[in-house]
Amino acid sequence: MSAAEKMVKLRIWRGDAKDGALQDVEVEANEGEVVLDVIHRVQATQMSDLAVRWNCKAGKCGSCSMEINGKPRLACMTRMNMFEEGETITVTPLRAFPVIRDLVTDVSFNYKKAMEIPAFAGPTDLKPGEYRMQQVDVERSQEFRKCIECFLCQDTCHVIRDHEENKKSFAGPRFFIRIAELDMHPLDTLRNRKKTAQEEHGLGMCNITKCCTEVCPEHIRITDNAIIPMKERVVDEKYDPIRWLGSKIRKREGIN
Amino acid sequence: MSELERHSYDVVVIGAGGAGLRAAVEAREAGLRVAIICKSLFGKAHTVMAEGGVAASMGNVNSSDNWQVHFRDTMRGGKFLNHWRMAELHAKEAPDRVWELETWGALFDRTKEGKISQRNFGGHEYPRLAHVGDRTGLELIRTMQQKIVALQQEDARNHGDAESHIKVFAELTITEILKEGGKVSGAYGYWRETGNEVLFEAPAVVLATGGIGKTFKVTSNSWEGTGDGHALALKAGGHLVDMEFVQFHPTGMVWPPSVRGLLVTESVRGDGGVLTNSEGKRFMFDYIPEVFKDKYADNEAEADRWYGDQTNNRRPPELLPRDEVARAINSEVKAGRGSPHGGVFLDVSKRLPADVIKKKLPSMWHQFKELADVDITETAMEVGPTCHYVMGGIEVEPDTAAAVGVPGLFAAGEVAGGMHGSNRLGGNSLSDLLVFGRRAGAGAAAYIKASGKNPVSEASVRGASERLNAPFTRVGGENPYTIHQELQQTSNDLVGIIRTGKELEEAIVKLAQLRSRVSTAKAEGGRAFNPGFHLAIDLDNMLLVSECIARSALQREESRGGHTRDDFPAMNPEWRQVNSISAWNGKSVDVIQQKLPSLPKELFDLFELDELKKYLTPAEITSVKGGA
Ligand SMILES: Cc1cc2nc3c(=O)[nH]c(=O)nc-3n(C[C@H](O)[C@H](O)[C@H](O)COP(=O)(O)OP(=O)(O)OC[C@H]3O[C@@H](n4cnc5c(N)ncnc54)[C@H](O)[C@@H]3O)c2cc1C
Ligand code: SF4
Ligand code: SF4
Ligand code: FES
Repeated sequence: MSAAEKMVKLRIWRGDAKDGALQDVEVEANEGEVVLDVIHRVQATQMSDLAVRWNCKAGKCGSCSMEINGKPRLACMTRMNMFEEGETITVTPLRAFPVIRDLVTDVSFNYKKAMEIPAFAGPTDLKPGEYRMQQVDVERSQEFRKCIECFLCQDTCHVIRDHEENKKSFAGPRFFIRIAELDMHPLDTLRNRKKTAQEEHGLGMCNITKCCTEVCPEHIRITDNAIIPMKERVVDEKYDPIRWLGSKIRKREGIN
Repeated sequence: MSELERHSYDVVVIGAGGAGLRAAVEAREAGLRVAIICKSLFGKAHTVMAEGGVAASMGNVNSSDNWQVHFRDTMRGGKFLNHWRMAELHAKEAPDRVWELETWGALFDRTKEGKISQRNFGGHEYPRLAHVGDRTGLELIRTMQQKIVALQQEDARNHGDAESHIKVFAELTITEILKEGGKVSGAYGYWRETGNEVLFEAPAVVLATGGIGKTFKVTSNSWEGTGDGHALALKAGGHLVDMEFVQFHPTGMVWPPSVRGLLVTESVRGDGGVLTNSEGKRFMFDYIPEVFKDKYADNEAEADRWYGDQTNNRRPPELLPRDEVARAINSEVKAGRGSPHGGVFLDVSKRLPADVIKKKLPSMWHQFKELADVDITETAMEVGPTCHYVMGGIEVEPDTAAAVGVPGLFAAGEVAGGMHGSNRLGGNSLSDLLVFGRRAGAGAAAYIKASGKNPVSEASVRGASERLNAPFTRVGGENPYTIHQELQQTSNDLVGIIRTGKELEEAIVKLAQLRSRVSTAKAEGGRAFNPGFHLAIDLDNMLLVSECIARSALQREESRGGHTRDDFPAMNPEWRQVNSISAWNGKSVDVIQQKLPSLPKELFDLFELDELKKYLTPAEITSVKGGA
């Protein structure tokens, strides 16, 4: 089998924070290639200063996030053969973040949000090596720790996508799963993570559209497994002290 | 041009992979102000790609494991060329480094007793690799990234400024280590985003820049692996040790071409996957070298029993050290028994139920499904060798990670040499990053306490700036992409998995030609986020590294670990006594042989005499035994 070559049409957004436009290019594509391969070929043959972020080219680092035909995707995991023959493929930078140049955006918002979430607070009475946790108990948090920080979920979330003003008070789905991960960590000792998610990190602004889950390349069930359970329990803890007390009592009696 | 951006720190850590982050944590905890610099975004360094696990003899799965066994395995894997002291520190300290990660929030897979689970890997006698599915590197890097955030939160509380003691400078490339009076004074580089230049003044610099894979055409490494740290150290007057030893991982993807080289984790074999050729034969039984005959099964029945009972059976030969497996695959393909796309078959589909495969090897399942349309629960994978890791690196003092010959310079992680000898065992890199990352941070802290500041002179700044700007001022030059492709092809063809003296000589000539072409390679366009310019800078480093590899490989007239000479196919105990040391004379690379420190009696005694006889000369054996 030979790597069949054909020409494909790309429409790439080029520009910077001030100004920019879509530019059409035609470039070769070989069998089995992904969008990032083709962008690299454009870079090597036609636009040596085309800016694009990437790193692992294996869907593991979350660097190559962009919008392909308007959808937030990893360019290294988007196969060329998913497009129609002759279709023009449009690639643009992530819309929720300010453009630096071409396909590269300023994602510092996410690093600021990471800083606002209180770190893991391990037990003080256990020394390194003494932690004991069951696989079933770490699995829930492990799902969230699969996150490769591609920020596609942040990009797609309508709360901030077209609402710059919401950014201040909204951490976004990536950081809701971070809070959920810590909250569900069997040995984390910090209380009230759910409450602060609601009150300080904007969990209340999420109206469970599930768009974040749909774009997550790691298939993390952001809404079902992190956001909804946290919202439910926030409701419990906030408004239903009897039920909350009930669960505590049951626990003490060893029924739970 | 506008005013030069200047920063002043106690320690500058170049690299935000596992080694760099661990060094930064240590230096900060010693009370120092630390800058962390990296070429990509924070959290994206190459370490993120590591899959199989981190080796540490915690003994959670098999309680017979301990540091002595780990030490022995590491020395065997490296064919006794390892710096014994590094291998000793590594084996002793790895468990503490892994446990510490747990206290920072890491969530490893568990055993039934709730301890950290450990898996089998090539060359490790017992199940030893702590892991999280097949995304261990991600867990490692995210844990340390979050530890750094935790320290910054602490600094915000105590000093009112989160960045008072640790600041991350992401997407910034360092192009030079600066020295005054023979000692390190800082580092110089540019922001990838704007192209603007930056000066860091610091009396101590830790290099943690990772590997060199991008000098080869088929590699598992990301674009960051351009050997920058190796080159920076050489130019600063440091030495590289044993650069001829390059690890070709036996199992990279071979199809489709765009993912050629991408890693297929060794866990596939650790969890039961077998290698077969086009005739359906499990060929590894034909390739068990003499030195490993007593440890590896020579028949399928015993090999298969081993997965259930490791005490009474020898290991399957698929789990031989990587160099052996890579050469075996190479030979099968050359003999015409390869797969349709020039590899061999790696099959788990007939060995494990589909749901177990998906649970144990989730990212492999995805990788093949999404990039090659192959369902590994139903079909065999096609795999072949890929350039994966460089054992060679900066020569360091084992205890402090101080670079030999350059006061104030430290190195840890893949960029440092010595630890793995001629071949690294899987899982021993992540542990190496933690053990020596920490030691480099501590080494830098101790150095600073003793030495103090060392201001950068304006002359140094001017020189560094001129060299950095060269790609813009060149006229009529070539496209750097073309030169890079030729370099990669040259490395693959002439300095690859099987080498000959003649080809290595050719490579050296070819590299010199490429070097003169690079000196005219011009960067098109502006300074802002310009990958053509970035590549022009990186190319210089890659050429320097390639020259070290080719020259060291030409000198070493034997085959050992990650260095195979078709014209000298045997391992030779005389050559085990020397390291190849590369140094930069301003125009080209000089390689000399330097005597390896010999094994002290207490470590020597960990081995059976019969085993040592396979590696050491009779004179060495007598001298250690007699000298006690
Ligand atoms: C696919 C794959 C799987 C692997 N799996 C395993 C495994 O299971 N177990 C194991 O033990 N090992 C594994 N390895 C090996 C291991 O991952 C690497 O050896 C290790 O991660 C290297 O870490 P490091 O900290 O030395 O450098 P890296 O993680 O490579 O980081 C280098 C850092 O230096 C920065 N840098 C480089 N040059 C410059 C410069 N000029 N200026 C500024 N910054 C610079 C980079 O931006 C980056 O932040 C694997 C490797 C690969 C490729
Ligand atoms: S579910 Fe919530 S967080 Fe996710 S995209 Fe919708 S609004 Fe945003
Ligand atoms: S949760 Fe998924 S989409 Fe969001 S940043 Fe992480 S990996 Fe990306
Ligand atoms: S380049 Fe790493 S996810 Fe695409």
